[in-house]
Amino acid sequence: MAKTAKFRIFRFDPEKDRDFRFQDFDVPYEPGMTILNALFYIQDNIDQSLCFRVSCRAGICGSCAMHIDGKYRLACETQASIALGSRVTIRPLAHLPVVRDLVVDMAPFWAHYKKIQPYLQPGNPDPERERSQTPADRSKLDILIDCILCASCHASCPMTASDEAYLGPAALVKTNRFAVDSRDSALEQRLKIVGDEHGVFRCHTVFNCSLACPKEIDPAGSIANLKRMATKHFLGKPEVR
Amino acid sequence: MIYHDVVVVGAGLAGLRAAIAVNQKNVNVAVLTKVHPVRSHSGAAQGGINAAMGNNPRGGFDSVEKHAFDTIKGADYLADQPAALKFTQAAPGVILELEHWGCPFSRMGDGRVAQRPFGGAGFPRTCYAADKTGHVILHTLYEQAVRYEHASERDNFKIYDEWMVTRLVIEEGKCRGVIAYHLATGKVEAIMAEAVIFATGGAGRVYLPTTNAVISTGLGLAIPYWAGVPMKDMEFVQFHPTTIYPTGILMTEGCRGEGGYLTNKDGERFLKNYPDSAKAMETAPRDIVARNMQREINEGRGIDGMYINLDIRHLGAEKIMERLPGIRDIAMNFVGVDPINQPIPVRPGQHYTMGGIDTDENGATCVEGFYAAGECACVSVHGANRLGGNSLLETLVFGKFAGEAAADYVLSKSALKKGDAALKQGLDEELAKFKRLTDGKGEEKAGTIRDELGRLMAEKVGIFRKDEELKEAFKQVKALQKRFESVRVGFSGMKFNQALVMALEVEGNLAMAETIVYGAAVRKESRGSHFRTDFPKRDDENFLRHTVVTWDAAEKKMKPSWKPVILGLFEPKERKY
Repeated sequence: MAKTAKFRIFRFDPEKDRDFRFQDFDVPYEPGMTILNALFYIQDNIDQSLCFRVSCRAGICGSCAMHIDGKYRLACETQASIALGSRVTIRPLAHLPVVRDLVVDMAPFWAHYKKIQPYLQPGNPDPERERSQTPADRSKLDILIDCILCASCHASCPMTASDEAYLGPAALVKTNRFAVDSRDSALEQRLKIVGDEHGVFRCHTVFNCSLACPKEIDPAGSIANLKRMATKHFLGKPEVR
Repeated sequence: MIYHDVVVVGAGLAGLRAAIAVNQKNVNVAVLTKVHPVRSHSGAAQGGINAAMGNNPRGGFDSVEKHAFDTIKGADYLADQPAALKFTQAAPGVILELEHWGCPFSRMGDGRVAQRPFGGAGFPRTCYAADKTGHVILHTLYEQAVRYEHASERDNFKIYDEWMVTRLVIEEGKCRGVIAYHLATGKVEAIMAEAVIFATGGAGRVYLPTTNAVISTGLGLAIPYWAGVPMKDMEFVQFHPTTIYPTGILMTEGCRGEGGYLTNKDGERFLKNYPDSAKAMETAPRDIVARNMQREINEGRGIDGMYINLDIRHLGAEKIMERLPGIRDIAMNFVGVDPINQPIPVRPGQHYTMGGIDTDENGATCVEGFYAAGECACVSVHGANRLGGNSLLETLVFGKFAGEAAADYVLSKSALKKGDAALKQGLDEELAKFKRLTDGKGEEKAGTIRDELGRLMAEKVGIFRKDEELKEAFKQVKALQKRFESVRVGFSGMKFNQALVMALEVEGNLAMAETIVYGAAVRKESRGSHFRTDFPKRDDENFLRHTVVTWDAAEKKMKPSWKPVILGLFEPKERKY
């Protein structure tokens, strides 16, 4: 007999609805089906009004992060088999305004990203060849450059909930990515941007971000590194990378 | 009415690079993109980007001419040779620019950018960042876009996220602007521009399965096609040898470049049994490897009759973790296979659209003010088959050239801001079309047509093609187009109406499918990715030329024509590896 994957999905249009609601959907299960496949099944065959973000369906674009069965994860990377037992609840990312259903307004998230000057600042004219970087220096960037800006960390963090100005884990990982890059020379300015009560010192080391990250990046570790550098910097101690 | 001097449509690598080039000439530019820039499909590219840098010790005698030769030979001589040379000459500069912008390329021991071997290349010239090259380059470009945005005067460089362009407005042979649908608010607006650059990516979703993102549909090509811009070489569709079975997600060519094996059900490296791949084996170009894999499967030597094994176990855990970590993650997440211990199940699948909007080497088209760059454009440098590592390069080289050409065009113009009436008419027609889709009486579902078309194209217009099947496919595409007239979107709200977006994209898929089938039917030869079992040989006498199709809106019909291939550097020869 065909198996059924059972979902309970957050529905809300802030312009029309007084309040959000949850709607149940039953989807015929096929082996290998992902949560994203199931959402497409619903949109194609049951309710065309359901909306969610999607692009690569291969875990690299960061569009489809959502709260699935108690965890922030990418819908494309999560097997629908988890919904064969009890009904699985799906909600949008938290701490960002809902546009409709599973789509949130990412504008605050991108505003934080832009604020940290997320680009290399080498501080000297471009040489004729590449800037040299040893494999050891390059390896310091390894995990940090895997960030797909899916905002799972942002949604899981209790501090982004209480302080809208808090830069949040993703922007701070990006800061750290440049802070540890041997080619960057804007460390002092970067530490000034993140070194206040809406930056690294807002972090209460709850570690939710590190648990949520689908790329296993450990934003909490990045924030700790920036805290250490910022503290040393502000106390006038020589910088340590 | 919103106005910008230049509008770029699409914010993947070609679009962002074009926008930066426009801004560098101090011309006002806006980027309209249906997804946030970092969600673009460029980010899914894994293996790398080609440039004759000679960094690798085995690449010491590499040169831009040799890169051009490999590109042209890979193209089965259908590339325009001066364009291909211009393309490879620009390559080392592209790598240096990316590096200067902070792109985290993998490095050699001496600190220079690392390079790996790739299919169809005489030297190891593919620069990479592990197996996430597209991802890191896309993020680097977006970082630079933010930098340019910061540095610009108010709104001189602006990105409109989740604004989906659905129509191109051309009046008296001149580009006037676009109509766009803002997903978050549901508003549909006309946007006036002196020049428009399309950088909308490939049409992979015409096929199922495909490695392409859900967003890479035929609509980006169909919009200019419907507006009268010719399409070139549409029958050339690249099937990547190694897409994961069954989902179609890409397994980079880097797997083979790093030394991976392809084996059949007997564990045999079967590529040695085919004359065109006997020497290069796994590093032969994609069209050849894909064909020989499909032959193995068709002749019953696939595993479970369905797939081939991609075996990288002998590379060892350390090399796999260092060079191919993303591949390992995908294999574990999507098929539960750890490639350190087990081979990965793969089969050929649609991967890249060699054909596209007919442009010259500066991205210009036959319409004044309308440009295209990246996968949606056909210059052509890829000809009948693109080499791995050349697509990321194409986005940056031709994105830049198209941006510069568009900016120069605007600077040369005397009379600005014309076309009010044409844009208003375009907006009205577009709104009427949306209303027809949401409020019509039909019973068809766009999703059903999308899936039927994808399967039809894979089955009848796939790796192996023949006359009767192509004729049948053409009939069926026509029938699906007829059925599309009865599509109704079961939701009429305009805010984030994803079902409406999908229906519009399916209509684009249908238009592009027709051009692909047509090109495949009239090209009675085998060249590069286009293989006709009834005409298995290349025929330079009759077909060393580009296929061109133009939509005649008045007659609602496709008009075919041909265009010569520009040679001049290398004589066409038989292709062997």
